[in-house]
Amino acid sequence: MQSNLVGEYRNDYNPNWCPGCGDYGVLRSVGMAFQELGLRNEQIVMVSGIGCNGRFPHNFKTYGIHTLHGRVLPIAQGIHIANPELCVVGIAGDGDAFAIGGGHVPHTARRNPDITYIVLDNGIYGQTKGQPSPTTPLGYKTKVTPEGNQEDPIDITRLALAYGVSFLARGFPGKPNHLAHLIAEGIRHRGFALIHVLNPCPTFHDTWKEYPAKTVEIGPEHDPNDYDAALGLIGRQDKIPIGIIYKQTRPTLAERVRVTSLQKLELKQVLSTFR
Amino acid sequence: MDLTIRFAGESGDGVILAGEVLTYAISRIGLKIFTFRTYPSSVRGGPCLYQLRASDWHAYSQGDQLDILVAFDTEAIASHSKDLKPDGELIFDEDRTPKTYSSLRKRSLGAPFTSIAKNELRLPKARNMVVAGYVGAHIGVSKEILEEVVRNKLGSRGEELLNTNLLAINTGFGLAPKATPIALPKTPSNKIILSGNQAIVLGAIAAGCRFYAGYPITPASDILDSMVSLLPGFGGAILQGEDEIASLGAAIGASYAGIKSMTATSGPGLSLMTEMMGLSSMAEIPVVIVDAQRGGPSTGLPTKTEQSDLNHAVYGGHGDATRIVLAPGNVEDCFHQTIRAFNLAERYQLPVILLTDQSLAQLTEGVPMPDLESIKITEREKAELAEIDGFRRYAVTHDGISPMTLPGEAFGEYVAESVEHDEKGRPSFGPHAHSEMSAKRFRKLTTATKELAEDPLNVMELPDPDADLAVIGWGSTQGAIHEAILRARKNGTHVRWLQCKLLNPLPEAQLSKFLKGAKKVLVPELNYTSQFANLLRARLGIDAISLTKTEGLPFTPDEILRKIEEVA
Repeated sequence: MQSNLVGEYRNDYNPNWCPGCGDYGVLRSVGMAFQELGLRNEQIVMVSGIGCNGRFPHNFKTYGIHTLHGRVLPIAQGIHIANPELCVVGIAGDGDAFAIGGGHVPHTARRNPDITYIVLDNGIYGQTKGQPSPTTPLGYKTKVTPEGNQEDPIDITRLALAYGVSFLARGFPGKPNHLAHLIAEGIRHRGFALIHVLNPCPTFHDTWKEYPAKTVEIGPEHDPNDYDAALGLIGRQDKIPIGIIYKQTRPTLAERVRVTSLQKLELKQVLSTFR
Repeated sequence: MDLTIRFAGESGDGVILAGEVLTYAISRIGLKIFTFRTYPSSVRGGPCLYQLRASDWHAYSQGDQLDILVAFDTEAIASHSKDLKPDGELIFDEDRTPKTYSSLRKRSLGAPFTSIAKNELRLPKARNMVVAGYVGAHIGVSKEILEEVVRNKLGSRGEELLNTNLLAINTGFGLAPKATPIALPKTPSNKIILSGNQAIVLGAIAAGCRFYAGYPITPASDILDSMVSLLPGFGGAILQGEDEIASLGAAIGASYAGIKSMTATSGPGLSLMTEMMGLSSMAEIPVVIVDAQRGGPSTGLPTKTEQSDLNHAVYGGHGDATRIVLAPGNVEDCFHQTIRAFNLAERYQLPVILLTDQSLAQLTEGVPMPDLESIKITEREKAELAEIDGFRRYAVTHDGISPMTLPGEAFGEYVAESVEHDEKGRPSFGPHAHSEMSAKRFRKLTTATKELAEDPLNVMELPDPDADLAVIGWGSTQGAIHEAILRARKNGTHVRWLQCKLLNPLPEAQLSKFLKGAKKVLVPELNYTSQFANLLRARLGIDAISLTKTEGLPFTPDEILRKIEEVA
């Protein structure tokens, strides 16, 4: 399919996603966010995992690294520490981010690197053709669960708040302008921003019809700086709120590990202390 | 002169610190020193030993039999007196061991170390310094030098603690019988005393490493500790990962963004890092991985030495993956091979694994002060940036090396690729891309073999074209083998020896030249399955006699000498 990316970030690559895949919408929104922020191509690094999300960086005329399954966050953190001036955007699916790579999320949250982590949650393993993922709904039939999924899904936003991410938002590619705004705000946020994307997979878990009815935009009455309010918001049973759920200002990982005030050392002098 | 002293007691007794004070003092006098330690995997309790060998020639290993055993408790006497020479001396704590017990030995010296520390110094934990002062006086080290060392080691820990320990050293010094001090030379030495792990940290800093990520694991944790105390002073950063996968991942990420990066681990951690090593090979991102080997498999023997990760380092992981494997032979070598590891990682854009083991990681040796001006640093090849459409990051070149760009550089944008790819780093699964790119990646190792063919850091050798017997070792067995070879030659046995430091790709030209005319090849190594002997059999097509040991301890020179004389 043709890439629907616009502007100076687009290159001549075309994605191999299924027609109607939510990834096209997210791709467009990411490009719009870059545009809104006026980022230069060379200052962007897109870090992807393995799954349908893996081919995200190839669409952009930016730096990128297509990594291993589940390992977006450690690699993104290394990049951030090495050069805090870069705009590091991680992309991973629900399986990548919360099954095989789930162990990295809490530790990333507590370090608060200045990276934006877009989790494309389609509730299924799409690239391997339809196995249940950590967010597949209970009872949903897949090839591995012919009687319906027997395991309860995890709630990504609850986990994110429990882990202490400093920015949490949720969006839907059916509302590309809204999603682009959330991604731009995530990038603008200095710290670990997790963007939970309700992402339809038309081939194995089609939620295109379901989400417009179920989701509701978070209104101005919500104060994203209020942790308890954020918890209350994601606990809503009637609707799935989309928008900025939570944000908090804390020192970033690079600010924590790159201590410039320390006394400068000379190797020769250090060696002589070993006498 | 050649003096071997063993300090033995319980973990938590300060056995190692007592040994270290003596080591630094003896090195300052001008003797060559070599130390070795073992300890249990628990923080307190369990037997612990520190062995120090001092000589006025070059002692290459921890030695065989003991001249002096310093026993902190009765159990230490029971376990270690068998290792004393027939005329060796026992120094024991009269408060812990009844005199009747120790009088079984002809030459034994006792003092009430525990009660002195408790009653006179009011600091029971300073017993180890009383012992150190006593032993120092007994072998003829001056009080001033002992005090200087204690000040240097404990000076930063507060006035009160320092003064108590100085008093303890002096009290112990005064207790020792002055009758027969052992003659020591008095030519001051300017050597620095480093453990293998410390030498690696300093080598890494000298090479330009400015990011370190690691997960705690014995016996590599000291590298994390030393990095934390030094790297920030050089403008570098440290990350303690949530596991070894994250640690190597962060190192790869930082290197991709242009900072020379390293991680260090031991066997179980190396197993976890294996997939990430493949990413470094495939995406061609330089990184240095230190593996301080310990007994395996599984959790194995966390505090004991072994050379059983060679197969994993050379072959581990799925797919055909490029990597360079180095194995330093002693502490000084740890410094230089670490610098080399960074240079090779940058030059060939791949993972370089530095294999040490528990004994080398934690033993200390006197090392000549490195000449920092003579160190040569290699940087990755940078691409010329031009306004072209699509930078060819993985350009197929004659030597396999494709110039790199760094994020932040305009017109150098590319995607570093974990899946097979074309020259621009775009996924490509056709038969042509995989065969062409595999060949390109492995061409770097062919280039490395050529460029490193004559490199003196590949091997250390004592050739002898007339000797039928050739010994080939690798890594930390260097000292014990060296000493065994010298002794064998003294006994009239013809034997040649090569210690291999470059394990992948093997320095085949140097090995063939060394082996020319040899009729038998003996390969000593600390593992069960003869991993290096098998590598030599496979790569060089030679037959090898294997000498293995799986006791969790290094070879002694005697063990190797006996085998040499058996097969010569």
